[in-house]
Amino acid sequence: MNIFVIMKRTFDTEEKVVIENGSIDEEDVEFIINPYDEYALEEAIVLRDKHDGTVTVVTVGEEEAEKELRTALAMGVDQAVLLDIEELEGEVDHYSVSEVLAAYFIDKEIDIILGGNVAVDDGSGQVAPRVAEKLGINQVTTITKIEVEDRDVKIEREVEGDVEYVEASLPLVVTCQQGLNEPRYPSLPGIMKAKKKPLETIDVDELDLDEKKIEAKTNTLDRFLPPEKQAGKVLQGETKDQVRELVGLLRNESKVI
Amino acid sequence: MTRKMLVVGEVKDNTLRHVSFETIAAAMNIADGGEIVGVLFGENLTSHAKAMIHYGADRIITVEREELADYTTDAYSQAFLQVYEQEKPNGIILAHTSVGKDLAPRLAAKLNNGLVSDVVAIENDSGTPVFTRPIYSGKAFEKKIMEEGIIFATIRPNNIPARTEDLSRTGTITSMDVELKDLRTTIKEVVKKTTDGVDLAEANIIVAGGRGVKSAEGFKPLEQLADVLGAAIGASRGACDAEYCEYSLQIGQTGKVVTPDLYIAAGISGAIQHLAGMSNAKVIVAINKDPEAPIFDVADYGIVGDLFEVIPMLTEECKNVTT
Repeated sequence: MNIFVIMKRTFDTEEKVVIENGSIDEEDVEFIINPYDEYALEEAIVLRDKHDGTVTVVTVGEEEAEKELRTALAMGVDQAVLLDIEELEGEVDHYSVSEVLAAYFIDKEIDIILGGNVAVDDGSGQVAPRVAEKLGINQVTTITKIEVEDRDVKIEREVEGDVEYVEASLPLVVTCQQGLNEPRYPSLPGIMKAKKKPLETIDVDELDLDEKKIEAKTNTLDRFLPPEKQAGKVLQGETKDQVRELVGLLRNESKVI
Repeated sequence: MTRKMLVVGEVKDNTLRHVSFETIAAAMNIADGGEIVGVLFGENLTSHAKAMIHYGADRIITVEREELADYTTDAYSQAFLQVYEQEKPNGIILAHTSVGKDLAPRLAAKLNNGLVSDVVAIENDSGTPVFTRPIYSGKAFEKKIMEEGIIFATIRPNNIPARTEDLSRTGTITSMDVELKDLRTTIKEVVKKTTDGVDLAEANIIVAGGRGVKSAEGFKPLEQLADVLGAAIGASRGACDAEYCEYSLQIGQTGKVVTPDLYIAAGISGAIQHLAGMSNAKVIVAINKDPEAPIFDVADYGIVGDLFEVIPMLTEECKNVTT
């Protein structure tokens, strides 16, 4: 099986967001593999171990993303590709990233592409379905279970609390959701092996792409932090009285019940 | 400038979801007097079409097909694109729901268009719509505009208020035939997990439990409170990791991001990644044994105490006032 994972390097979810002049301050911030993409990587490795083939992890980014690609290799992925967009000027949005990925994938033989349901930084969840459309491949999003037999794929997906059992066939793009699996940690031998595994960097101008054509279709005017929450009121007295006071406040002051 | 806008009404279990009315309100803001065209897919759509008109849509197109009764990517994108070709709108608004999240990026790619996802507010004072959306799961926000192409956005439920229902509004309802072919996904079965049908993303009230509930059994008192309040149940990652509940209930940066009117956090310490998912709720109540728990920093009202004592009392007290 030719298995691909599209991965994004993101802020660690434990990090506080600091904004300076409308931009996110990335100094001293820990970066990680987007947590949803970890489910995709884990499932890709499981699928390869069951059906043979290779897992290729692909990311769009800059040199720093090599660290997360190495982590993916250490988990057990076979090869990694960095589509380097450092040269690109101006804003890059989901449209641009999908165009870059589609240009990479266009001449590849693909059985399945796995991605995260969303990236925890931007939270749009656009790229995987966009790539699927660009490549003319079917998609199933927010999956929590997948079984592949020959070309047939059986999937369980989480739909706003309900579980949907669907059938589709390869080639397929899927996005992964928590509940799918328990992503492994890289083992020490895995980390050693990862150093020798192929990590290819492809500059965006090496792809068959018109740079004008991948300019962002959306523009960010500003970024800002939400207003700080006022420290709330911790109620006092006997528990019974606190509960009574709370219900009164919810009913009469905030009018939410 | 006036714009002709296309919105999709979302039908789930034969009910038109409230967010459909919110998409109409969002579209009206952008349309600036232009026509609002609603689209409905599935079966038995006439009453839903009327409801959309009562909430501000000018005209409704219904596409009645068995293949559209349940959402699949292929069927909906094919059907939608045929409506799009016929109508040639200046903008599209979808809900940022399971359906919208799956469909909108696919359509945007097909139309070679930009898309602003998960919008919580729209300003249109200058004629160029400015979209506000959360990033880092609500730890921050950004304002975006579309540089070219049509206006295309998905809106988060519960954030853009619907217009007031006006039963005297009338509009035309026309049905349209579409061609559907080579549908590549088959839905075999849908198993309902949400017993009371209150979906987390659209819930006005959420009762959420953390590690402090101690077991799956420990969610029982929370469920009883939720029943009384008509609330949905949520959970922290801690509670999900400890297998007290399903991952589909997880709220936080790696789970659902919610903005209900009332969020009751019971036995949740308030790790930064959980706060990201819920701190934009309008009113937050924290119940925790530990007075130092960070959840109290974002709570409007806090009770320091044992949730197994407080929650049943709260349930009784709410019963008294809500009945």
